[in-house]
Amino acid sequence: MSRSYLRRRWTDRLVAGVTFLCAVAVLTPLFLILFFLARTGVGALNLDFFTHLPGAAGEPGGGMANAIAGTLLLVGLAALLGVPVGVLGGTFLAEYPTSRLAGVVRLLADVMNGVPSIVMGLFAYTILVLPLRHFSAAAGGLALGIMLIPTVMRTTEEIVRLVPQSVREASLALGIPQWRTLLRVVLPTAAGGIVAGIMVGLARIAGETAPLLFTALGNRFWNWDPLQPIAALPLQIFAYAVSPFEDWHRQAWAGALVLVSLVLGINIATRAAAARQVKLR
Amino acid sequence: MGDRLFAHLLAAMAGGVLVITAAMLAALTVGAWPAIRKFGPAFFASSAWDPVAGDFGALPFIYGTLVSSAVALGLAVPLGLGVAIFLSELAPGWLRRPVGFLVELLAAIPSVVYGLWGIFVLVPWVRATLSPPLKATLGFLPLFEGPPLGIGMLTAGLILAIMVVPFIIAVSTEVMRAVPTSQREAALSLGATVWETTRAAVIPYARSGIVGAIFLALARALGETMAVTMVVGNVPQIRASLFAPAYTISAVIANEFAEATDVHLAALIYAGLVLFLVTLTVNILARLLVARAGRGPGLIRE
Amino acid sequence: MPDTTQAGVAVTADAAVLIDHAAGIEAQDVHAWFDRLHVLRGVFMTIAPRRVTAIIGPSGCGKSTFLRCLNRMHELVPGARSSGRVLMDGDDIYAPGVDPVQVRRRVGMVFQKPNPFPTMSIYDNAAAGLRLAGERDRRVLDETVERSLRAAALWDEVKDRLGRPGTSLSGGQQQRLCIARALAVSPEVLLMDEPASALDPAATLRIEELARELARQLTIVIVTHNMQQAARVSDVTGFILDGELVEVGTTDQIFTRPRDRRTEDYITGRFG
Ligand SMILES: Nc1ncnc2c1ncn2[C@@H]1O[C@H](COP(=O)(O)OP(=O)(O)OP(=O)(O)O)[C@@H](O)[C@H]1O
Ligand SMILES: [Mg+2]
Repeated sequence: MSRSYLRRRWTDRLVAGVTFLCAVAVLTPLFLILFFLARTGVGALNLDFFTHLPGAAGEPGGGMANAIAGTLLLVGLAALLGVPVGVLGGTFLAEYPTSRLAGVVRLLADVMNGVPSIVMGLFAYTILVLPLRHFSAAAGGLALGIMLIPTVMRTTEEIVRLVPQSVREASLALGIPQWRTLLRVVLPTAAGGIVAGIMVGLARIAGETAPLLFTALGNRFWNWDPLQPIAALPLQIFAYAVSPFEDWHRQAWAGALVLVSLVLGINIATRAAAARQVKLR
Repeated sequence: MGDRLFAHLLAAMAGGVLVITAAMLAALTVGAWPAIRKFGPAFFASSAWDPVAGDFGALPFIYGTLVSSAVALGLAVPLGLGVAIFLSELAPGWLRRPVGFLVELLAAIPSVVYGLWGIFVLVPWVRATLSPPLKATLGFLPLFEGPPLGIGMLTAGLILAIMVVPFIIAVSTEVMRAVPTSQREAALSLGATVWETTRAAVIPYARSGIVGAIFLALARALGETMAVTMVVGNVPQIRASLFAPAYTISAVIANEFAEATDVHLAALIYAGLVLFLVTLTVNILARLLVARAGRGPGLIRE
Repeated sequence: MPDTTQAGVAVTADAAVLIDHAAGIEAQDVHAWFDRLHVLRGVFMTIAPRRVTAIIGPSGCGKSTFLRCLNRMHELVPGARSSGRVLMDGDDIYAPGVDPVQVRRRVGMVFQKPNPFPTMSIYDNAAAGLRLAGERDRRVLDETVERSLRAAALWDEVKDRLGRPGTSLSGGQQQRLCIARALAVSPEVLLMDEPASALDPAATLRIEELARELARQLTIVIVTHNMQQAARVSDVTGFILDGELVEVGTTDQIFTRPRDRRTEDYITGRFG
């Protein structure tokens, strides 16, 4: 065997080893983050965390009950905007895939997905907070809702496209108009996948902080009024993390653990469900 | 009749994306208008940031945004392409799914959690473990001048790298997998090793998509807010040293917006508008490149 | 059988300078699987050096798979497996310690659809194999590119535009470029998997002439669906059915006096 050939073979092995190490290097932070969340967060979690309001500055104790509720409310408000627009718009992309509008919308949806979330916050601020003259849950929901649209739209498009033509034809052949076929037959067939897409989208926006900073603003107390400032888990984590108080750092870790469990839990669950569906087919 | 109506409803919802994008451009331009009128393009060249005197310039923030993104890409591009090559060409089949899945999880972790981890784990590590040897060996370079505080450009770049690398991996893996088998077989049948096949047949074929993936990551890095805000140090200054604290556009908006009024507010929106336009452009370029990769390189050199 | 010009095409084969050795192949009890699908069921076949051997058979019978077992390309498909021995000049290419990369240098392959590298020029395509092997000397590269393009009867058509993309050529020219690319690494055997099935009749004819011409220097195995093509181009023909080699013999004998009933049915078009 020639020397150059031996060198080539070793290069091959070397590259395999180096790229494997790249994968290890990239995944190390993930494991580190999960490790620290588990180590610091679990110890900091207690019943108070889920049931109490935040304590006074610097005093130990208290919890993030209002922030957890706030995040749920914000995500709900976002869903009110993002889900109908996303699902119906995504259905349009799937049903009229070659139209000019679809081409532009598809590109813009992907592009919006990459627009910084803080810009969404600026937008919600200028069109809701400024005119109404105060920060509000509604403005936060608007910012998050806009972020939800592209995700839901693109997954819906993908899933609706997978619905076999024969399902549509079976319904159309019965004389059922196209719009009822879509609503009654096509979308229900695709429902599982669409819901999975929505869940992943909601999980993503639930963790967003930047768009809430000057829309929802945060709140130390309970609030259920969409027109008032409201607490949110990511906001609370941020505020506590940059605070000078030991106990708040501890609670920030606890909050992060809850948030990450929620986000990763939803991601893993939808993925497992999707994998099972594929297997059933 | 009902069909037409329903089709219009669907089209209107899809068109919502267009409307929102246009509305964002309009609303941010209106909000920024006082600052645009007052400072014009000089905004990008000035380092003033004085809310009391009402004098604003974005240069240090632009600098911080660009440099932290550059550091991030400098780390994330080689690592991410390495992982993409591993996942698409070299990894044994059973390893691909789990590694791909973990990379997806990396992308799913919220920014604020990265920031929290950054403050309490990464910053002390950079200060105590990473910086001293860097300083000892490369300390003569202006890049590693001054005391390593932990917070600063280097840490911001590191955390950004961790956050954007999943996008590079996901998109490049996808475009590399989409390279036709016939291209790989052409190289293999010439007696190429797996790596030579990747280098000679796969990467050139997927080139535009890989560039697109990098652009996508760049847009993310430019606009990423929370994690950077929490570790970059938030000092508006232009320093060659990566150890020095810095500030980025998104960080200054995050920190000052809720309390800002009048021109200060308009200046922050101006900075946000710039960020929006830049990331919009970079994203459009990225998508067009990735879409082109899907059609193959075609006639490239004429 | 004529071995040079046809239809006014001058084949300027120049392979002699490239190839100094042509190997014979002996397949012994070759089996192949895709996952659990048993595609080749014990093929024995001797392939003589410096001859064109045609493999014919109905679609899906395993022709391509057999060909790909001869240069160890089959094992690249995920889940694919093979067994048996393939002797090249007496040495088993599946013996432990034999590197498939080395085998593929000695056994070149041309595919059904032309697959030049689209990011490379004509020159770079022809030089790709040598460059991969680490050849950097410009003179050697120039010389080899010209010789292999001549051997593939493409030189006169492209000598003025070597810098243009390989994909700028017509389908037939692309396929000849792929042949040149394979020849440039001086293989001892050239496997051709339906090399003309994506081409028009004129381009097909040129590829056939080329195969005949090249057989003066190296061993050619060609898979084809087209029985006229097998008859025109090959010295020896093997007929595969359902993963088994039914019959092999001189092309003349197979097409005029097949020994097996199934061969006769196939070549007279009664099935397949
Ligand atoms: N990648 C693959 N995965 C699974 N099965 C395969 C694969 N490639 C081929 N097969 C199966 O193996 C059998 C033999 O395939 P092969 O390609 O060798 O046939 P062939 O004789 O070349 O056919 P054709 O004339 O159509 O090219 C077929 O039944 C085919 O379905
Ligand atoms: Mg075949």
